[in-house]
Parts: sequence; C-alpha cells; structure tokens
Amino acid sequence: MNPNAIEVQSLTKQFGSFTAVNAISFEVAQGEIFGFLGANGAGKTTAIKILSGLLRPSSGKAQVAGYDIYRQTEQVKRHIGYMSQKFSLYGDLTVKENIWLYGGIYGIEPKVLRKKRDELIRRLHLEEVQDELVAGLPLGWRQKLAFSTALLHEPRIVFLDEPTGGVDPITRRQFWEMIYESAANGVTMFVTTHYMDEAEYCNRVSIMVDGRIEALGSPGQLKATYGAASMDEVFVRLARSHE
Amino acid sequence: MRTLGVLLYKEFRQIFRNKALLPIIFIMPVMQLVVLAYAADFEVRNVRLYVVDEDRSSLSRRLSGAFGGSSYFVMQDQSVVPVHGASALEEGVADLVLHIPAGWERDLMRGEVATVKIVANAIDGTKGALGAAYATRVIQDLNQKLIEELGPRVGSAGLLQAGAGRIDLAYRHEYNPGMDYKTFMVPGILVLLVTMIGMFLASMNIVREKELGTIEQLNVTPLRKGTFLLGKLLPFLLLGLFDFALGLGVARLLYGIPFEGSLVLVFSFATLYLILVLGLGLLISTISETQQQAMFVAWFLLVIFIFLSGLFTAIENMPAWAQQLTYLNPVRYFIEVIRLVMLKGATWQDVGQQAMVVAGYALVVNALAVWNYRKRS
Amino acid sequence: MNRFWGFVRKEFYHIWRDPRTLLILFGMPVAQILLFGYAVTNEIKEAQIAIIDQARDEASREITRSMLASGYFLLNEEVDNKEGVEEAFRQGNIKMAVVIPANLSRDLQHGGGATIQLLSDATDPNTSNTLVTYASQIIQRYNLRHQSPGTAAPIRIGISTEMRYNPQLKGVFLFVPGLMTIILMLVSAMMTSISITREKEMGNLEVLLVSPLQPIQIILGKVVPYLFLAMADALLVLGMGYFVFDVPLAGSLWLLLAESFVFVLSALSLGILISTVAKTQQVALLLSLMGLMLPTILLSGFMFPIDNMPIVLQVISHIVPARWFIEIVKGIMLQGLGLGDLWVQTLILLGFTVFFLVLSLKRFNIRLA
Repeated sequence: MNPNAIEVQSLTKQFGSFTAVNAISFEVAQGEIFGFLGANGAGKTTAIKILSGLLRPSSGKAQVAGYDIYRQTEQVKRHIGYMSQKFSLYGDLTVKENIWLYGGIYGIEPKVLRKKRDELIRRLHLEEVQDELVAGLPLGWRQKLAFSTALLHEPRIVFLDEPTGGVDPITRRQFWEMIYESAANGVTMFVTTHYMDEAEYCNRVSIMVDGRIEALGSPGQLKATYGAASMDEVFVRLARSHE
Repeated sequence: MRTLGVLLYKEFRQIFRNKALLPIIFIMPVMQLVVLAYAADFEVRNVRLYVVDEDRSSLSRRLSGAFGGSSYFVMQDQSVVPVHGASALEEGVADLVLHIPAGWERDLMRGEVATVKIVANAIDGTKGALGAAYATRVIQDLNQKLIEELGPRVGSAGLLQAGAGRIDLAYRHEYNPGMDYKTFMVPGILVLLVTMIGMFLASMNIVREKELGTIEQLNVTPLRKGTFLLGKLLPFLLLGLFDFALGLGVARLLYGIPFEGSLVLVFSFATLYLILVLGLGLLISTISETQQQAMFVAWFLLVIFIFLSGLFTAIENMPAWAQQLTYLNPVRYFIEVIRLVMLKGATWQDVGQQAMVVAGYALVVNALAVWNYRKRS
Repeated sequence: MNRFWGFVRKEFYHIWRDPRTLLILFGMPVAQILLFGYAVTNEIKEAQIAIIDQARDEASREITRSMLASGYFLLNEEVDNKEGVEEAFRQGNIKMAVVIPANLSRDLQHGGGATIQLLSDATDPNTSNTLVTYASQIIQRYNLRHQSPGTAAPIRIGISTEMRYNPQLKGVFLFVPGLMTIILMLVSAMMTSISITREKEMGNLEVLLVSPLQPIQIILGKVVPYLFLAMADALLVLGMGYFVFDVPLAGSLWLLLAESFVFVLSALSLGILISTVAKTQQVALLLSLMGLMLPTILLSGFMFPIDNMPIVLQVISHIVPARWFIEIVKGIMLQGLGLGDLWVQTLILLGFTVFFLVLSLKRFNIRLA
C-alpha cells in the first residue's frame, strides 16, 4: 500500500477566469496531522472540497487513500470522513438518530452500529441528551458529536474544514485532544483553520495565499525559515509579501 | 436496501417534527377540499332576469310567466321601456334581458316568425351562454305547448293532430342525472390537492438541505444518487396517497360523490401519477439554489398545469395547439382518468393508454432528476 | 432624504440583479395571460358526438347534416351502434349521442310522431346542458322547416340572442382583472413579506436599525421598489390584455391606475404585517400563501362566482380586499363605469388600506420598542 494518505500534483481549479486553486502539490503521510492554513478566500475550502469529491478539479493529479479522485470517487468516499464549517448534522434529528443515519449510510451492520453508537455517546458524556434534538445542544457539543460521527465508519483520512470556528477555548482544547487521539490510532487528519495557535499543534502545515501554497513544513521549520517567534508572525509576513 | 431504510426513517422523523409542515400535510387538504368544493361551483342557477315587455299581450305575459316558473331564473323587474333593460344589464342588476317587441302576439298568431330578443351579459362567459341556453329552452317549451293547444284550431283544415308529423326530443343526462356540479368538480379538486402537496413538498425538500448545508455531508458519503432520491420520493409518495385517501373519504362522506369504478385502479393510477409529480418536484429542487426560487418555479408550473388541465375549462374548447400542449401536462391525465373511473366506472382497458403515458413520463422525469442531481459540481 | 433614496436604490439593485426573480416577476404574468387568452374559452364548439342513425333515410340525413354544419358538433365516426355509446362515454371519447329511430321519414310523412333520443355525458353539467340546448334548437328548426304547408299555421317564436360585452365568450375578459389582482398581491404582499423576513433571518435588519435611518424609512425603502414593480406588472397585464386580446378599457385609465395604487398599498401593508409576525422565510411564505393568496384566488370572485357560494363563504368574501378590487377593475374596464358608480367599493378598499397601513406600522414600531 502507498505510505502516503494524500498525494497531490499541480492540482488546479478555475471558476471562469478566476483561479481558486493554482497548481498546488503536496503529500500527507498516513497518521499525520496536516494543517491547511490560509486567509479567507485563499482557496482552502475549494481544495478540501476537491479532495473529498465534492468538486471536480480543472487539472492536475490527486490520490486520496490510494484512490484516484477523478475515476474512483466512490472508493475515496468510502475511506474518508468529512466535517465542514457549516454545521453538518441534522438539527431536527436526535443525537441517536443522527448517529444511526450516518452509520447506516456507510453500511455498518445494525448490531455493530448499536454498540458503536452507545460507546460514542458514553465517550462524549451525552447519555443525558441522547434523545434530544441536536439543534438544542450547545455548539461545542454538536461539533464534537459531528467529529465523532465522521469517524464512525473508521475512515483512513478525515477532512476537517474549520472545525473549531466559534467554539470556546476549553472546547477547542478538548477538540484537539480528540484529533490527537485519532491520529495516534493511525487516522490522517487534514485540518483547515485560521487560528494560528492551532497551527502549532500540527505535525506539518501548509500556508495558502491566493490559490498557491507559499510555505510548507513543520511549524518549527517555518518559524526558523521566516525568523518568526510564532506561526502568527509567519503568517503575517507571508501575507505582507503579497500586498 | 438497508441504506434506503435508514433514509426513510430519517425523512419520516424530520417530517413529523416539522411544525410548519404538519398542518400543510394533514389539515390543509381537508380545508381546501371543503372550501373549494363549495366555492368552485360553476353551476348556473338564479339567473337574474329583466323583462322588457313592449307587447303587453296575454301571450307575452304568459311567456314571462313561464320564466318565473323556471327554477333557473329569478325575476328581477319588468318594464315596458327598452332602455331600462339595457341599464339594468349595465348596472349589473340583471344577467339577462328578455325583450318582447310590440306586436309580437299579433305576428305570432298570423303565423309569422315572431322573434323575441335575449341579451345576456357575457362578461362571465359560462353564465352568459348557459343563461341564454336555459332561456331558449323555456321559450321552446312554450312554443311546443302553444302548438299543441292552438295548432289544431288555428289550422285551416283542422286535420293535424298535436305532435303529428314532428320530431319530439327525449334527452337524458347520463352519469350525473341530478346535474350536481360537485360531482364533476370534487374528483378534479382531489387531483389538484395531491398535485400541490406533492410539488411543493418535493421541490422545497432538497433545496432546504442545500440551504442548511447538510447535503454536503451526504455528498461525501458513498450514498448512491438513486438511493438518495428514492429516500426522498417514497415518504412523500406515502403522504400523498394518505392525503388522497383522506380526500376520497371526505368526498364520499360529505358530498356523496359516486364511486363507480375500481378503488384499486384509482389508487394504482394515483401512485403512478404521484411518482411523476414528485419526480418533477425533485427535479425543480435539484436546479434551484434557494427555497424561494423553488417555490416560485413550482408555483409557476402549477398555475399553467391547472389552467391547461381541463379542471375549470374543458380541453375540447381550446384551440388545437393548446390541446396539443395539454398532452405534456401530467395533471390533465389524472383529472381525465379520475373522472372516468369514479363517475363512469371506466376500467383498465379504458384508461390503459393514459396509464402508459403517465408511467413513461414518470420514468423520464425521475431519470432526469437522478441525472441532474450532482454529488460533485 | 438623500440617504433614503440611496437605500431605495440599493433595494432596487438587489431585485434587478437576480435574473431568476425578474424572470418570474415579468415572465409569469406574460406566460399566464398568453396561455389564458389564447387557450381558455367557454365557447363550446366542435364537441365530439356520436350519431346512431337507425333510419338512414332522407330526414335522418338532413338532421345529421344540420347538426354537423352548426359548428357545435364533430362526428365521431367510430361509434355507430348503441352498444358502442357506453364504451365511448367511459373512455371520454364523446360528449353526447344522438339516437335517431328507424323509419324516421316514413313515420313523419304518415303523420305519426317520432322521438329522437339525446344521451349526454352530464359529468360536466354545464357542457351537457349547453349541448342539449344546441341540439334541441336544431331539431326545432327542422320541425319549423317541415311543417306541412297548408295544414296548420305554425306557431313560430324566433329567438335572437346577443352576448353583450363579450360575444365570443372569451375567458380572458374575466381573467385580466383577476390576473392583475393576483399579480399585485404576489408582488406586493408575498415578495415584501419574504424580503423583509429574509433581512431579519440574516440579521441585517438589526444593522439597518442602528443606522441613522428612521425605522419608517427602512420599511419604505424595502417597500418602494416593490410598489414600482407591482405597478409595472399591472401595466404589463393591462397592455397585453388591451393590445393582444382586445380586452376593452371602457373607463378611465387614470382612475384604474389610481385604484390599483390604493390596492397595492393595502397589499404592501399586509406584507409588512406578515413580516412582523414571521420569524423565518418559510413561515412568511406559508402565511402569505394560506392567508393571502388562497383567499384572493378562491373568494374574490375571480375564478368562482360569489353568488353560488354558501352564505358563510359569501360573508367571508366581504373581508377579502381583492373582492372589491376585482369589482372595481371589471367595472372600469368592461363596463366603463366611473367613480360615481364605484364609490362604495373604492371607499371600502380605502378603508382596508388605511386600516392595514396603520396596523402594520404600529406593529412594526412595537417590535422596535
């Protein structure tokens, strides 16, 4: 098996005359936490949508979980999890029903699914609210539930598009602990964020500016290269050089 | 198959939790049926008649008396001045003016054609035409009676027997002898009802998931397009059939609408038809970005479908091109079939052709919806 | 004031730059009036009938000829015996069957009577009634033509019929006033209510309310573009009716426009009223559909004659503003009435408008407080 979870070569996406993603190339290893950074409108979401099979690329090559994203979209989907910045669970279904729905869609056997569901609820301490509508839960709980649901079918890669937007610092902390735990189990984490402190938690980060990847490496390497004290500074320097 | 089960479970849960949707599904149909059945009554009775009698003879009085005796007419007023009749029409006090010219009785007894004039306010075409038709019949009946009474006496030879040598007419209004307008309208209204429910529910459904963003989450799963759409279609099909049964019950119990044909036939056809309508709704849903857009497109289509359906105005009266156009209109087929089956007891052989068309249409529309639904843009 | 017009302009751009909405705003009335004007008529012509001629003689052929020459009937030649009639009715192929008895000529010549039977499909009572009347007129005329000369002076009442105001019985005459009403309601009430609710849902209304604009200006700014659009639509429908379908405009155009303006104001107030109640677009949509559009279509006398409704519905129809507006439009356009004849309806419409306007502005201010 290919040791890399994601391989991308000169991937490009154009909307009319506007180039949202401009010939980006990178690899992500299995079990790695890969931070995908950039300002709003830099092309992060477009790239993540291409890799998860929601958008068709204009040109370039990409393999996700060893499958070609042009021809083997359905196999790709079987092996990835996805959590978008828009809230992705059904607000008018209960906690249990949401889990049952997604588990069912991935074809998990009812017996197995029941066990997984109860375990998940216990792990997130949601026993009290398991029969309540998801719309009524605090945002942090919903995000944690969405993340766990995305892992239900044991994907090899999980795409997280700004998972911690609008969440309080304590929940963010807990959220990252969950990310670490999954990565330790060998699941690749592909995270976009614009919180620069979160970038420090990643094994490697890439920084996108205007559709291109301008910097790629571990947080330590990047700070050294740009002579910066924090990732925040790295980011500001990169953005300035483009003004 | 199990995936489909999970999807159905989800849709039903969502529908039954939606407080805005439930009254639409369960209360609106009944209300609509009740109000529409009473409102959509094109039966013309109580035609307001104004008589201008310039003749003032015993026969002219007998003629206006004949109108007074008819249950279709309400005598408004009388005058001997023609202008009064014209202004009664103008002011909307009368729907119909009967004008008996001076010297009418004299001409009649001389054996000349003595003409009376009927002027109808035809702004409401149905009322105008039918009012004139009723009036014609009242006058003809009187004519007949006069021939029977006077004919032998007036004739010089006096040989002729009443009714001899002439054609009598016997007519029978089949299938609806009571001439009850509800019998005609209610089956059509039932069709309208399930069409509206089906179109609106289906067309707004997928767009709603687009607006909420939940559709993206489904699109990154290996869920098949066909399964997904089937999961959307089946719950609404069941609800539509439920509403249809509810409406049929109301039609039967409240209005005593006859049911001559087979219940199985009607429900089978309704199922085919709903699959078609829901497919159309889903197709609208896949091309729209917001619920508002979907709503307007559905509204637009519905209005055209209803006008070209033969529900309110007969298709035979339309010009040829418009009649051709109605073959594209799904509503047309069901209205035709439900009237044939409920009121006349038509069988599978009688409506087989319509069933084939609707089935083929349903297949095409649903295939289009599946094809047009993009998991990846 | 400058600020206000800037705001109005912004609202205009919003609508102008959304081609789908525009298409619906102007394409829908055009398509509807074209279809209705050309396709929908109450004039019955060329109804399919079967003639079961058991006589096949001179008299029966003459009757058949005059029936088919009348233009009302079209012969369905596939049905030629009594057994076939039942099936043809069931398949909906014919509307009426004329059964001519055997030996018609002989019976008539020998001084005996003969009876022709008309079987009509009465599932649609009106068509059935009209067809039977047409047929009986034709047979009556036959009788008059063949009254044996010299035997009896016939009693012959001639009938001349005039269909005043609308000789071709076109549906479009009634439809133009009705369509105007529906479109004005759709654009003014439904679109405004949804558009204001949308701002609320998106949280834009709060932003606007903390701006130096007066609340009344904000509401007016949202409403003014729709007022223009509604009036443009009204003119479009009127113009198409007048130029394409020869719908008369017997009365004053200015009076008609002034009355339309009053009606649009009342509809706009209703739209604002709904937006003060509704929290989401979906609710606004349902409220305007159930509360405004359906009563306007069902109880205004546009589609269905009010006289025929049960008393309860007739009473309810009095509180539907569209009912009064339709009476006014019909009066002005088709009958050439002036304000002198229509002052009652106008006063009622004005009353509704003032009432809804005050109510909606009051509610809007309460929500702000």
